[in-house]
Amino acid sequence: MNQTISFFSGFNVNDFWFLGEAALRTLWISALSVTIGTVLGGFFGWMLYEGRLWATLTLAPVLDIFRSVPLIIQLVLFYNFAPIVGLDLDPFGSGTVILTIYTAALVANVARGGIEAVGKPMRRAARSLGMSYWQDMRYVVLPIGGRAVFPAWVGVALGVMKDSALVSVLGYVELLKASQILITRTQEPFLILSIAGAFYFALSFPISRYAAQLEKRWAQ
Amino acid sequence: MIEISGLEKYFGALQVLKGIDLNVQKGEVLSVIGASGSGKSTLLYCINGLEPIQKGSVVVDGTDVHAKGTDINKLRQKLGMVFQQWNSFPHLTALENVALAPRIVKGKSKAEAKEIAEKQLKHVGLEDKLNVFPNALSGGQQQRLAIARALAMEPTYMLFDEATSALDPELVGEVLDTMRLLAEEGMTMICVTHEMGFARDVSDRVAFFHKGVMEEIGPPAQIFGQAESENTRKFLANVR
Ligand SMILES: Nc1ncnc2c1ncn2[C@@H]1O[C@H](COP(=O)(O)OP(=O)(O)OP(=O)(O)O)[C@@H](O)[C@H]1O
Ligand SMILES: [Mg+2]
Repeated sequence: MNQTISFFSGFNVNDFWFLGEAALRTLWISALSVTIGTVLGGFFGWMLYEGRLWATLTLAPVLDIFRSVPLIIQLVLFYNFAPIVGLDLDPFGSGTVILTIYTAALVANVARGGIEAVGKPMRRAARSLGMSYWQDMRYVVLPIGGRAVFPAWVGVALGVMKDSALVSVLGYVELLKASQILITRTQEPFLILSIAGAFYFALSFPISRYAAQLEKRWAQ
Repeated sequence: MIEISGLEKYFGALQVLKGIDLNVQKGEVLSVIGASGSGKSTLLYCINGLEPIQKGSVVVDGTDVHAKGTDINKLRQKLGMVFQQWNSFPHLTALENVALAPRIVKGKSKAEAKEIAEKQLKHVGLEDKLNVFPNALSGGQQQRLAIARALAMEPTYMLFDEATSALDPELVGEVLDTMRLLAEEGMTMICVTHEMGFARDVSDRVAFFHKGVMEEIGPPAQIFGQAESENTRKFLANVR
């Protein structure tokens, strides 16, 4: 068989590793954003629950914006405007910042729901034993509320991992960007997108399985 | 001793307690009876500081519960409370439910806390349920677990807020028996209750609450025999 144009070439093993490496970058940026975003979101959720008036007036609308404006717009806007305010961030940095805030905005609601899920009587019982506000939070609200909203949180985490594909528009070579590069070269979109899809699945399946197992154990 | 004087409590504009004066001596068992909404639960919440008060004072062993500088978390260790809804911690075993507060509030070691928990669970007859999660316990067992959990802090006083009202009738007895046992051991108790039999047999005094006022207080024989207040007689005629 004649290779007509050398610019295009078939999919080979190296490309598979290239995708694998990109999948690790997807995992890395997602894990980082979800971790920091969860901590931040937990804090925001607590403020929404506890802060009442001022949090409702200030924090809630801001979080609403980050939840409702499409992520791709946030990414492009932030990437292009950050330098203006003196933030010199590479695509990875910009992507992480936006994904983190986006995660935090989603987790804030989940966290507030978790605190609300622990009823007032339960918390009074904890306080009546002499627990301080923070002991009640740490030993009663966190485990009980956390378990109640754990499935919702897993949904957020997996969603953010999929949405991290959008960081590709900034040029960060994660799974989707890597696929695009390979498609341009090999002209085999079907094969490559299938492999990329399989990678996404391979990243999220163990997480959702592990989560399901945890839930089952807690349900006992 | 618990000294309540001139206690007034509002929820917004609604006055729920209208000047309560009441002393409870060490070793005494006081039952509090009265119609729904008369302020019985609120009284207990004001005693251990779960609800703020607007006027008057509650003094426990010389410490003003509602004073600014009071370490309320410390004071609450003296005041065990059992609620209508038992509120077991669902993520912890029976043993852990009881051991948690001694460990984190009193700073006991794991081993000490476990020992305390085992002792108190035995006390309420749950020694064979140590490693069981609350959702595998009956309502009566969960309420006894709640009692053990409160006792584990070694309180001087126990406050019971309708401890048996949420229970199926066949489970009421085991919880009342546990409360009787505590009374016999000399525990100081304030029991808000609808169980007139318990109030009559176990209490040293019975207080009747009516619309935020303590209408009458006295020995069970007086309250159940020759109540002075018309309202008391009416209430008792209706519950019988
Ligand atoms: N957190 C609250 N906010 C507003 N009103 C309240 C609150 N808690 C209680 N109340 C009101 O205070 C009044 C007294 O309530 P409380 O629970 O002390 O009554 P109770 O004597 O314990 O009645 P029950 O036998 O039904 O338990 C009621 O009218 C109730 O509606
Ligand atoms: Mg009540």
